[in-house]
Amino acid sequence: MAAHEYTDHTDHIVPPTTYVVIILILLCLTAATVGAAYINLGKFNIVVALAIATLKATLVVLFFMHAKYSPERTKLVIIAGIFWLAILLFMTMSDYASRVDYRGIRYPMSQRIVHVPAQHS
Amino acid sequence: MHRTGELYGQYKTLAQQKETASLGMWIFLVTEVMFFGGIMMAYTLNRHVYFHAFAMGSNTLSLKLGGFNTVVLLASSFTMAMAVWSAQTGKKQLISIFLSLTILLGFVFFGVKYVEYAQKFHHHLVPGKNFNIFYCRDNPTKCDDMSAEELQEESKELEEAVAADPDLNSHAQLYYSAYFGMTGLHALHMVVGAGLLFWLLRTSFTGRFTPEWNTPVDLVGLYWHFVDIVWIYLFPLLYLIDRHK
Repeated sequence: MAAHEYTDHTDHIVPPTTYVVIILILLCLTAATVGAAYINLGKFNIVVALAIATLKATLVVLFFMHAKYSPERTKLVIIAGIFWLAILLFMTMSDYASRVDYRGIRYPMSQRIVHVPAQHS
Repeated sequence: MHRTGELYGQYKTLAQQKETASLGMWIFLVTEVMFFGGIMMAYTLNRHVYFHAFAMGSNTLSLKLGGFNTVVLLASSFTMAMAVWSAQTGKKQLISIFLSLTILLGFVFFGVKYVEYAQKFHHHLVPGKNFNIFYCRDNPTKCDDMSAEELQEESKELEEAVAADPDLNSHAQLYYSAYFGMTGLHALHMVVGAGLLFWLLRTSFTGRFTPEWNTPVDLVGLYWHFVDIVWIYLFPLLYLIDRHK
């Protein structure tokens, strides 16, 4: 294993101007997400909202949390965390989306079932 | 916890020691992602199935208060980042100033959250026996904090929502359970964060944080930013479900 050189360097110091730029972008994106919510995009409203939220979160992680200047293994931990969350959401949702019950009704992804009493012959 | 920044035997350098602490904090934050992930999953599924009730519930929240709190929390992340910078560059007085500002903004957030929660109790929108999504429509005199215009708009929205989902009341309770569960868990994290910030503030008065040793400031900063990220997601998920009407 190649030895990582641990020199006694001080931290990478992010200058305050970077923080000011980032906070201004974050505030603009907050305004953008509120604005986008008032436009009817149908199913894409949630996509836009989550895309903006993810962009904001990425900026916070990279600059406020210094991930951009962190060692590779810290970045790996962050990416692994996001990946595990994606497994949770993606696999659970695809299970529910593809489940069909004995009446042939997609359950519980369709609201219909909630109001239709069970059929008794 | 080592308070003076001495080098422990298992490390070669202080930089390596700090890197290890930072990695440990990140691993803790990843477990927090999964902790919030469970409730996010429950929210996602219920929102998908009971969209009309979730949209209705979301529109009863105050966008002004929620938006204001988003700005407050982003600003507190900025002051926290500046506190870390002050520690790294050895500006000892600035550390205390920025930590105080972060605590102050945290408490502004709590104050606004208190106003929002109180309003929900007042409007019978807390899940449980007395939950009634139609309360303000049926008792307009008791919801005196809402204007006649707002009440009218809400009854119109309620009418449409009931037409789409006859069991609106019980499904709206699911939305409010998610709302109180998620914002409550987030607020609990902020209480913990505020406690840690008070501890940092007290330590900062002794001048212990130096460019060579500021690990606690750095790690609490990571935690505080994480709590901010949770809110970055909660804001659109809870307040902005269906505003375009």
